[in-house]
Amino acid sequence: MADVTAHITGTVWKIECKVGQQVNAGDTLVILESMKMEMPVEAADGGVVKEIRCKEAQSVAEGDVLVVLG
Amino acid sequence: MFRKILIANRGEIARRINTVAQQMGMRTVAVYSDADETLPFVKEADEAVRLGPAPAKDSYLNQEALLAAAKKTGAEAIHPGYGFVSENAAFAQACTAQGIVFVGPPPEAMLRMKDKSEARKLVAAAGVPIVPGSEAVLPDALSAAAEAERIGYPVLCKAAGGGGGIGMQVANGAAELEKAFRASADRARSAFGREGIYLERYFARPRHIEVQILGDLHGHTIHGLERECSIQRRHQKVVEEAGSPLFLEGQHPGLKQKLFDAAVKAAKAFGYANAGTVEFLYSDEQVYFIEMNARLQVEHPVTELTTGLDLVGWQFRVAAGETLAVTQDEVRRKGHALEFRIYAEDPVKFFPSPGLLKVFRPPVGASVRLDSGYVEGNVVTPNYDPMIAKLIVFGETRRAAIANAADALKDFAVEGIKTNIPLHQRIVASEAFAEGRLDTRFLEHHAKP
Repeated sequence: MADVTAHITGTVWKIECKVGQQVNAGDTLVILESMKMEMPVEAADGGVVKEIRCKEAQSVAEGDVLVVLG
Repeated sequence: MFRKILIANRGEIARRINTVAQQMGMRTVAVYSDADETLPFVKEADEAVRLGPAPAKDSYLNQEALLAAAKKTGAEAIHPGYGFVSENAAFAQACTAQGIVFVGPPPEAMLRMKDKSEARKLVAAAGVPIVPGSEAVLPDALSAAAEAERIGYPVLCKAAGGGGGIGMQVANGAAELEKAFRASADRARSAFGREGIYLERYFARPRHIEVQILGDLHGHTIHGLERECSIQRRHQKVVEEAGSPLFLEGQHPGLKQKLFDAAVKAAKAFGYANAGTVEFLYSDEQVYFIEMNARLQVEHPVTELTTGLDLVGWQFRVAAGETLAVTQDEVRRKGHALEFRIYAEDPVKFFPSPGLLKVFRPPVGASVRLDSGYVEGNVVTPNYDPMIAKLIVFGETRRAAIANAADALKDFAVEGIKTNIPLHQRIVASEAFAEGRLDTRFLEHHAKP
């Protein structure tokens, strides 16, 4: 299991993955928005999306878990 | 002069406009979103009106709320600052329709500048040099390919309705054109709701030089000399200065005069009044018009410090119908000024870094001006752009200004968030900056950690 965390503080703009989906390293899982910038959050390693712990338009802080990969 | 004005902006520029207006004897109204309620710009105004929730579309871009706030408080004029509604001709017209003065150019001039492809045509007809490019927006990739052959590669695909570098794509040769054109059109459609794309010659390492314009409603137009803003990241300016190192010690005198003449011609072609800026690219000993900005520029302080012009003050006087009392001959540069945009961001990766300003102690001194939206203890939220302050440093010469800047940046203490102050320190310490060898890709080659 690997937690994918927010690398910046901001809001969740778009969720780009679904539970059960197979993803590869480098795939964009979530796009955060902060200070008028879109910042993609990518998978560091490949895996299956086990859980999505954020919703679109939700505020998140740096370090918050957004997606759990297994 | 107006008795009461409303400031349709936030942060440092709202404070700057507020200070000038109060000094001129006007009463001021601040407007704010829920995210900004405790910031200095709200407290310092004579009155404050809440606009709505944090998102800009619900607050600072909410035209109905802005006009309602002006009506409610009896403000006679609205100063839009930069960004938000500042270049919105429809908002300017809505102000006029309700008997409120919009402190900016006539809406007709704003409309002429809005479509960048049309603007190019208009200024070219007035004799202003433009970047070689297509005369109009292009219907498809095939016609773009034919135009690109005529212009000469590399070419840049640009969105006619765009700005901020969004949708710009480079094609180095015919093989890359179709892909670049489609990518540009897709991005333009999603960002601006229209996909009109035109082509321009692409300059690999140009300088960005711009000219301040000041005009009144009685036909007088003067320029306020040049600024250089070549140091950028993601097409946003990071360091600006007046004057341009290109013209130091009397270099390129012919080109300098050509630049000023072109800027005034462009402003007149648009029917411009109030403060505005004509932007140019410099490459291979030539200057080329890129666009005119219908507003006060973020970097206006470097012009103010070196010419003595009070640009915000003149914006109010011109909007109130006064005649421009400054002649072109009276505009002279004294000394040199550098402006450093202080961004709440990682100084290497440029990631945003909102948070609590646990420590915020700017430098003080005779050569330093600080235009800041925040004080110690404020929270920088993720809702708006990352610029929290501008550090402006003066010197009798460029060399002296750089030395003063190095001291000021060293003394600027910020804790709680990351800022780009370390990047600015690397820039002022770099040999290329000291020698004035600037171009828009400076940060890709210099001031590395």
